[in-house]
Amino acid sequence: MSKYGEKNIKAYGNNYTTMTPGPFAKFLRTCVVYQFIRFIIINLKMLVVVKKSH
Amino acid sequence: MARVVVLGGGVSGHTAATFAAKWLGKNHEVVVVTPNSKWNWIPSNIWVGVGQMTKEDVTFELEPVYKKAGITFKQAKAVSINPEGSESSVKPFVTIEYTGQGKAGSSENVEYDYLINATGPKLNFGATPGLGEGSNLGEFTVSVCTADHADHASHELQKCIDKMKKGERQKFLVGTGHGMCTCQGAAFEYIFNIEHELKKAGVRDMADIKWISNESFLGDFGVGGLHMKAMGFAVSSRIFAESLFAERNVDWIIGAHVNRVEKGKVHYELLDGTMGEETFDFSMLIPPFAGVGLKAYNKAGEDITSSVFAPNGFMKVDANYAAGSYENWKASDWPSTYQNPTYKNMFACGIAFAPPHPISKPMSSPNGTAIGPTPPRTGMPSGIMGKTVARSICDLILKGENAPLHKASMAEMGAACVASAGKGLFNGTAAAMTIYPVVPDFEKYPGTGRDTDYTFGEIGLAGHWIKHILHYMFIYKAKLNPGWTMIPE
Ligand SMILES: Cc1cc2nc3c(=O)[nH]c(=O)nc-3n(C[C@H](O)[C@H](O)[C@H](O)COP(=O)(O)OP(=O)(O)OC[C@H]3O[C@@H](n4cnc5c(N)ncnc54)[C@H](O)[C@@H]3O)c2cc1C
Repeated sequence: MSKYGEKNIKAYGNNYTTMTPGPFAKFLRTCVVYQFIRFIIINLKMLVVVKKSH
Repeated sequence: MARVVVLGGGVSGHTAATFAAKWLGKNHEVVVVTPNSKWNWIPSNIWVGVGQMTKEDVTFELEPVYKKAGITFKQAKAVSINPEGSESSVKPFVTIEYTGQGKAGSSENVEYDYLINATGPKLNFGATPGLGEGSNLGEFTVSVCTADHADHASHELQKCIDKMKKGERQKFLVGTGHGMCTCQGAAFEYIFNIEHELKKAGVRDMADIKWISNESFLGDFGVGGLHMKAMGFAVSSRIFAESLFAERNVDWIIGAHVNRVEKGKVHYELLDGTMGEETFDFSMLIPPFAGVGLKAYNKAGEDITSSVFAPNGFMKVDANYAAGSYENWKASDWPSTYQNPTYKNMFACGIAFAPPHPISKPMSSPNGTAIGPTPPRTGMPSGIMGKTVARSICDLILKGENAPLHKASMAEMGAACVASAGKGLFNGTAAAMTIYPVVPDFEKYPGTGRDTDYTFGEIGLAGHWIKHILHYMFIYKAKLNPGWTMIPE
């Protein structure tokens, strides 16, 4: 888990120069409490864009 | 009494027709001509394609909805337009051919005062040998472009999962099936949903998953990529896309024009001119899109298709089609009213309008093969365009011919996109993104072309919840249930 994404990196392959999430970033993605807060924030941000577009 | 005829009951046409019917009331008539009896919430086809939803979950019967709204429904496909009428008809009309309602195969001329062309794309499988014939999917690959295609894809996927469970390694190839495709976002969603399902089925280690697309860089998505604010930086979508591919162990081939498909193998040409082949056990390749092939005739019956439609079959509107090379492109090239320049009572919205040029920089291989995404017209812009066109037409009818037209340029409009990366109430994820504006305006926003205060993206469970809620919300809205007008496009 700790080296979750890193093990897929292939030296000098297609994906050698990108970033991969660490365990904390990965945890936050499905942490219900954190994601609930993000849910509200993302919805508000989207509403602003929707409003600007109409 | 005026008659508004809407061709196409998809995202854009359905939005236009339902708002026009509401705003015009009973004194005027709105007619929808569309070949399928059912409406399809296309974005959720991705979940049908991995067996997480059924065809029935993403479709519903249109007739009762149109009855409720007072809209005349003709289950038919438009064949041609006579914008000047004909020798026997003073009024302009559309020739339609029924596909249902007990009249399949019979033709009718439907006169109109105002016409909205929202016929969406022809799925042009036939452009790549082996991918299909005309608009029909071939036998070697699958598609998620229609609910039926997605249902078929799900069964094929299940067969591969069964083989993997028996110890047989499988190769998955997902992406675009031609050098001039759009809709990379749908393929992106599908590849990560497959990866997620394989993990859930406990067979991920038996699968090699590869992406193939015509983008010159991963994360281009047909909009020339985008920069999003993250960690205090304006970060390119390329970094985010590559990161997700690396994390999920999905390899990629980009800048590829798939030029032939055969059983278990695609042949492709790359932007550097080299040729390659890739084998697969399961492949979903998005076909290129074209206009649906409507013809146009003048009063004398002469063919004027080439003056009404662009060579790709999409209808010409108020765009600048003479912008020339990439260096000369401007945000103002993009149409805002979607009115045909010759016939002012004719409009085209959603995928059916002819864009002035791509959004991504056009590229070609040393052999002269054009390889690059054509511009996407996703759900939100398609819905907004439909509503805007309906508003303009209603004003022309109710306030008079000189009423100003409403505007909704993709260069001044944002889009909210939620790309599913796996379904699940607690373990699902999706990339939730907004992009503002859709078409970059490098004069207004030097450098990135976009306002990074309103262009953002992040991946997580929240995105999945939003995607799931949008599924129910848009189907609720499309069924015209109470309060439907409050739900934005
Ligand atoms: C698999 C997939 C996933 C997608 N996911 C997303 C997403 O997550 N978010 C997003 O914003 N967008 C998404 N899109 C894009 C979105 O579906 C389109 O932007 C949208 O459907 C375009 O609307 P439209 O009305 O122009 O075309 P459509 O919705 O395709 O509607 C066109 C209609 O015209 C009808 N028609 C065709 N020929 C004729 C004819 N001759 N006469 C009359 N009617 C005709 C068709 O039957 C159809 O009903 C996705 C697309 C695909 C394929």
